[in-house]
Amino acid sequence: MREGRISAARTVRPSRGGFWLRGLPVVLLLLAMLLGIGAQAQDELSSYPPVVPGRALVFPQDFGAHPDYRTEWWYITGWLRDAEGVERGFQLTFFRVRTRIGEDNPSRFAPRQLVLAHAAIADPATGRLRHAERSGRAYPGLVEAQEGRTEVRVDDWFLSGGEALDASYHSRIQAADFGFELAFAPDRAPVLNGKAGFSQKAPDPLNSSYYYSRPQLAVSGTLRLDGAEVAVSGHAWLDHEWSSEILPEGARGWDWIGINLHDGGGLMGFQMRDGEGRAIWGAGTLSDPQGESTVLGPGDVRFTPVRRWRSPRTGIEYPVEWTLALGDGRRFRLQPLMDDQELDSRASTGAIYWEGAVRLFALEDAGGEASEREVGQGYLEMTGYAERLRM
Amino acid sequence: MSPSLRRVFLASLLRRRLATALSLLAIALGVALGLAVQLIHAAALDEFGRGMRLLAGEADLQLVGPRDGFDEAVFAQLAARPEVAVASPVLELEVRLPGRDDSLRILGVDLFRVLRVQPGLVPLAERAGDEDGRFAALQADNVFLTDEARVRLSQPHRGMDGAPQPPALEQGKLRVQSGVRGFSLELAGRVPGAAGVLGVMDIAGAQQRFGRVGVLSRVDLKLADGLSPAAGIATLSPLLPPGLALREPEAAAQEVGTLSRAYRVNLTMLAAIALLTGGFLVFSTQLLSVARRRREFALLRALGLERRELMHGLLAEGAAVGMVGGVFGVALGHALAAGAFRLVGGDLGAGFFRGLAPALQFDAGLSFGYLLLGVFAGVAGTWLPARAASRVPPARALRAGEGERAGLPQAQLRTRHAVAMLALAGVACTLPALGGIPVGGYAAVMFVLGGTVLGLPALARAALPLLRRGRGVTWRLAHARLSATPGQAVVAGAGVIASVALAVSMAIMVSSFRVSVDEWLAQVLPADLYVRASSSSGSGYLDPEALAEIAAIKGVDKVDTTRLVNLRLSDEEPLFSVLARPAQGNWGLPLVSGSMSPVEHVDSLPPIWVSEAAADRHDLQRGSRFELPLGGRVQAFAVAGVWRDYARQHGAALIESGDYVRLTGDERINDAALRVAPGTPPAAVAEALRARFGAEHITIALPGEIRALSLEIFDRTFLITYLMEAVAVLIGLFGIATTFAALATTRQGEFGMLRHLGFTRAEVGRLIAVEGALTAGMGVLAGLLAGGAIAWVLIEIINRQSFHWSMDVAVPWGALALFAVTLVVLAALVARLAGRHAMQRSAVLAVKADW
Repeated sequence: MREGRISAARTVRPSRGGFWLRGLPVVLLLLAMLLGIGAQAQDELSSYPPVVPGRALVFPQDFGAHPDYRTEWWYITGWLRDAEGVERGFQLTFFRVRTRIGEDNPSRFAPRQLVLAHAAIADPATGRLRHAERSGRAYPGLVEAQEGRTEVRVDDWFLSGGEALDASYHSRIQAADFGFELAFAPDRAPVLNGKAGFSQKAPDPLNSSYYYSRPQLAVSGTLRLDGAEVAVSGHAWLDHEWSSEILPEGARGWDWIGINLHDGGGLMGFQMRDGEGRAIWGAGTLSDPQGESTVLGPGDVRFTPVRRWRSPRTGIEYPVEWTLALGDGRRFRLQPLMDDQELDSRASTGAIYWEGAVRLFALEDAGGEASEREVGQGYLEMTGYAERLRM
Repeated sequence: MSPSLRRVFLASLLRRRLATALSLLAIALGVALGLAVQLIHAAALDEFGRGMRLLAGEADLQLVGPRDGFDEAVFAQLAARPEVAVASPVLELEVRLPGRDDSLRILGVDLFRVLRVQPGLVPLAERAGDEDGRFAALQADNVFLTDEARVRLSQPHRGMDGAPQPPALEQGKLRVQSGVRGFSLELAGRVPGAAGVLGVMDIAGAQQRFGRVGVLSRVDLKLADGLSPAAGIATLSPLLPPGLALREPEAAAQEVGTLSRAYRVNLTMLAAIALLTGGFLVFSTQLLSVARRRREFALLRALGLERRELMHGLLAEGAAVGMVGGVFGVALGHALAAGAFRLVGGDLGAGFFRGLAPALQFDAGLSFGYLLLGVFAGVAGTWLPARAASRVPPARALRAGEGERAGLPQAQLRTRHAVAMLALAGVACTLPALGGIPVGGYAAVMFVLGGTVLGLPALARAALPLLRRGRGVTWRLAHARLSATPGQAVVAGAGVIASVALAVSMAIMVSSFRVSVDEWLAQVLPADLYVRASSSSGSGYLDPEALAEIAAIKGVDKVDTTRLVNLRLSDEEPLFSVLARPAQGNWGLPLVSGSMSPVEHVDSLPPIWVSEAAADRHDLQRGSRFELPLGGRVQAFAVAGVWRDYARQHGAALIESGDYVRLTGDERINDAALRVAPGTPPAAVAEALRARFGAEHITIALPGEIRALSLEIFDRTFLITYLMEAVAVLIGLFGIATTFAALATTRQGEFGMLRHLGFTRAEVGRLIAVEGALTAGMGVLAGLLAGGAIAWVLIEIINRQSFHWSMDVAVPWGALALFAVTLVVLAALVARLAGRHAMQRSAVLAVKADW
């Protein structure tokens, strides 16, 4: 299904296009649908503001929503540990989409902006993801993505905070078989990705977004699995990204990581693949405990698949283990918390992808003998495997 | 009972085939009519309930309010409550289709919320290419139709005047109307989960395109886990503004059930009277049969048959007739219901379930219940004759000639009972309604019927002496016989009385009602011309600009307007209608009490005129204070008068247009009444209006047309009543036929003697005819009296308590006289035909056989 939609987006839309990295299969789908609606929507495409280099990101202003841009997301991933030492991954995403539908409609229900939220828990005892989602059109007080600070909400699910540079975030999610209420405390200023927050996604600089990350957020709160509630703590990674363009021609999918390093630093890296699985673009950001960052260019991040896992539900094969080589010669291995972290939301948004908790191991040659040690924990996202398999 | 005895009793039924068949038919008709009414209603309610459940989906509660909708602020308030898991807002529109009389219900929904609460309403885009068009559901101009709606709207529609009207859906575009403006919606796909004629579109688009921004008609709520609907209502209701209520989705079906209950009960009571008539018929035939078989029974008793066994045997006869009649009745009832669905739809012609296409279902419990009623009628009809027969000492009964006379009831005893029953009827009339059902009224009808039947001999004794004078031998003979055996009048006349009383009472009631409605229409429609964009809840309306344009048309002298809104006064009551219009002007108001001038000194409240139903329900008279939830607030009014309203059974009130606009800010208009300048033909103004707004966007009516249409609807509503009258009269005639057939057989000796004395066969025939006419005449007379009394009960008690409307009594004297005379003549003919057998035997043989 997803394949059909993405290709539809590509055929309807002419060659220009953008790319959203994190993500967002969901948003892509939405846009594919919206674009499919008719020529009218295409004509208005140009009136989304373009993403250009040189626009300085200003905080806390840019913690908030940018409703003129086509799409935007706040994406939190991280690891939680309870009192007994059990480790679980979690993921929480709020998307905002400007539809350009009903912009002249005085109705408060006018679907100018949609807000969608996804949440998932990777619990090794469950063996696969617990997942839930909410979506709605913006409506004052109920479904919102506010400007000026981070305040996004779909009914009773919300993420709020970012009133100041060092302000914490707070979120509550309640689904049928899980729920959590967590606080996220930053210890440093946001890390700007790309050129001071201008993050290029493809060889053509039109395919770009504004993008900052907040690594090493200290997490505390409660986690509910079915009926049992436990106190948890851990660390998380927040991405906030907004853009107006969609996937570039020839792109099939992407692989992304956001890792909190044990030394207090952070590593973000991604590659974008074409139909044959070759990387057509890649980039990353390596930051130290003080938040000083090193920008990694297209040649500085190289992903190599090591081990594949086939989903028993969808038959899709994902490379769940990777080696990662950086431009300075350092090599790492990514190992998943568990193999089955496939997210199948065909029933709602139609997307199938893999989004899961991973450990990062540094590969070292100590005197000719290969050794490895865990240097970080974070999240890996892999999209675009479903359609490639079907080709 | 031994097989031989069974033969004695049940075989007797077969011997008198005609009488048995007629009794059977009467019971079958009674059972069939009653059952059909119930079946039709049950199926219609079922269908309605299914529709409601589909629309409500998984909702635990529904927020409902005025039919025209309410301010959407309460939606956000409810949705944010922790008790509410999901709140799904709905804007329901009755969308006018330009140029067509039918409308399309379109639900404006929020796709994201409907997915979680009412999955049956989720629209599915249908477009060329392979893209998923789910978000096509967000486009303001897109509409999604059920398959039924698509078929219906693509076809030409037959208008009320029979003229074909254009398809509303052509080449993927649906022509609709908002106000007096027509526009197109794009057909974007289907609503696969819904049935019926229904459209779905985006709520924001619906609000914008139909001028309803900020308005919702319903909010469906799914409650948080573990919260019961009752607890939800208790917690959330205090948050609601006046005029809104939370209820469980099933309550909507109950509300419709309540709406049609009075009408339904009335029909059921009519069916019960038909069944009762059947019971009387069984009574008359059994009474005669018992009288004729008296010697046979005496012989059986002498041979050792127990009194109890004789009684049981006779009751078994009655039960057999009732059972077979009941089985036929159940089958016929289902056939009638099926026919009614095809012909008039599921609303029994009363318009409660418009647009539903229910399917007939076999209801075993209900069918069995009606079958039992049939058996009961048979047994009850046999009870008295059987008891009388079993009590006669065999020795006396064996004596010849005792026969028929001894078996007939004694008049004296009955008179006292008759008086007592009529007195009880008077008492029953003073009882108030029970749960909206005029129980006392129905009881009074039964008492009047019973009292009249029992009082018939007394009536005959009182009336017959007046007819004694002169005339021929035949007349005197017939007169003498009837005077000597007034019990015979009861036997033959019982069926006549019940049916004539029913027919006469209904005729008087319907005639009074029709005359009153006609007068009422003349009073409420005094203008020259009426303009409307659509019915009250429809999407067509007139706004101030349109009104200004109407007023500017040449030849228009004065324009008065009406705004009709339906409010919810409480959780339990059906919607209450409020008419906002100038109290004085081109709209008439048929006051029954109070006056058009406002009451002074009642806290300077704005005036209100309430309908009789409202006055009854809320106990109002001139000077009372009455509160309405208008514009989200409770507003008090001072009652200035009470008016007669046949249009809105559940209460209506009229307030001044100015007050309404001031309180609600709603300036929309449903109807405009135009006074045309002297010398201008109304048709010319109508033409100018059509040219200005487009003939397909407005409906123009002349008062005469509205009256004709209203009366046509009236007559259709009473069609089923006319049908029942005809059936009842038929049953009455059957009664006369069977009685005389039976009497004639027992009187063969008498006829033989008359022939011996020189009577010709024709003269004997005439004698029987005169007797028939006289008997029927007595029955018809009693029926007329009882019918008059019952009509009074129907008009003053039953209608008043069921529908809360008064009417002026108008007796259709001519029609009644014609009816009575026809019945007497028919009775004479029927009696003559029935007696034919008896006259055919030779006089000598007949006399010989008797002696």
